Amino acid sequence: MFSKISRETFIRSIADLLRKAEIELPDDVIEALRKAEAREENPVAKSQLQAILKNIELAKNHGVPMCQDTGIMIFFAELGTEFQSGFDLEAAIRDAVVLATVEIPLRPNAVNPLTRKNSGDNTGVEIPDIHWKLVPGKKLKITVAPKGAGSENMSALRMMNPTETGSIKHVVLETVINAGGMPCPPLTLGVGIGGSFDKAARLAKEALLEPLDAPMSSFEKEILDAVNALGIGCMGLGGSTTALAVHVKTAHCHTASLPVAINIQCWANRHASVVFGEEE
Amino acid sequence: MEHHLQTPLKIEDIEKLNAGDIVYISGEILTARDEAHARILEMGEKGEELPFSLEGAVVYHCGPLMQKTGKGEKKDWRVVSAGPTTSGRMSKMTPPLLKAHNVRVIIGKGGMKNVSEAMKDRCVYLAYTGGCAALAAELITEVKTVHWIDLGMPEAVWVLRVEKFGPLIVGIDTKGKDIFAEVREKAEKVLAEMRK
Repeated sequence: MFSKISRETFIRSIADLLRKAEIELPDDVIEALRKAEAREENPVAKSQLQAILKNIELAKNHGVPMCQDTGIMIFFAELGTEFQSGFDLEAAIRDAVVLATVEIPLRPNAVNPLTRKNSGDNTGVEIPDIHWKLVPGKKLKITVAPKGAGSENMSALRMMNPTETGSIKHVVLETVINAGGMPCPPLTLGVGIGGSFDKAARLAKEALLEPLDAPMSSFEKEILDAVNALGIGCMGLGGSTTALAVHVKTAHCHTASLPVAINIQCWANRHASVVFGEEE
Repeated sequence: MEHHLQTPLKIEDIEKLNAGDIVYISGEILTARDEAHARILEMGEKGEELPFSLEGAVVYHCGPLMQKTGKGEKKDWRVVSAGPTTSGRMSKMTPPLLKAHNVRVIIGKGGMKNVSEAMKDRCVYLAYTGGCAALAAELITEVKTVHWIDLGMPEAVWVLRVEKFGPLIVGIDTKGKDIFAEVREKAEKVLAEMRK
């Protein structure tokens, strides 16, 4: 059985989803930033957090992207095994990105990695980046997470020795110090441990989608407290909040391996989701 | 302490700024990031003249999101979103830029490594809150012109008129005091303590 959604309606929904993600932050992210501003005692850091909160409000009121780096488009799709669209979903997502680039508008960020030639519409080889996960059921859930380069560039992947589990926290701290103010703290840190070279990075990125008010494990809390003790603060100018949350995701790995990926997210933890096929 | 500056700037205007002070700028600013820096330096090496003046200039590390509102006229652009980009990428190109031109202010985010020596008695680094692009767009009153649009929208040199652009925090002053370096050193000490 095919879903009732037409290709046109699907494209419209994805373009609207992109607009939402670029202009409005999820409530849990705004709340975490408000709390950070309320508890901050460093006057410079406080002024930076106040500017961020004002910027969030302005972007929403004026309907413009909150950051000029509107990112590259990363999609996480959970496809129900019984969901059938009747059209090429990837091509439709691609068309939605082109449409949104003109409509919202978005900054054209996608370039050929070697010639550096800009495609002009945020698409290109393997981009938008779409991750498919098959799940049971009749629904299709799509989450878009536009990712800016400032934070992505400061992310790290380390193939550690299997006996170095105790050093994972220090690797995260080194990564955060090296990044300083460059990735626009206060940060959210996604840490992927295990799996393989690529799986660890995927886990780290997926960890960034966890709600900021989700309970943290004692390991996550321990890393968060250590990161905040560094005093890097908002924008690297000093202060008590360097990160808002740390989320760790793990996967079993080879006995001789310990891949650790740290994906850094700036304060603008942009993402939005939509579900298709709900009414069936 | 709070300061209000008007472009073009003289050395006396910036010598009074101390790391940690708050600054607002009015007048003309130019955007330049990776590709524009590379081209400025390349043209300098060849002895070619730039199509814009950097004398007393304010250089903004920014790749704005612009929207064309007219049919090809340079001025027919609207600023949609224009926050600062990561200055760290321009760290290496900044000392030669400052040697060749009297740039008095660099605005960006996140600071730069090993530039404070080159900035002494010449230039200040002002930090604008990263990601605050809607806020920045509010303070840009006019798109005066654009140079090097062939580099693409984010990499082109946009000449913008701004009104009370800020709040900007003095990150590196003309005495060589660098807040980012101090914060980094302190963080490294905290980490060394944790490792013990």
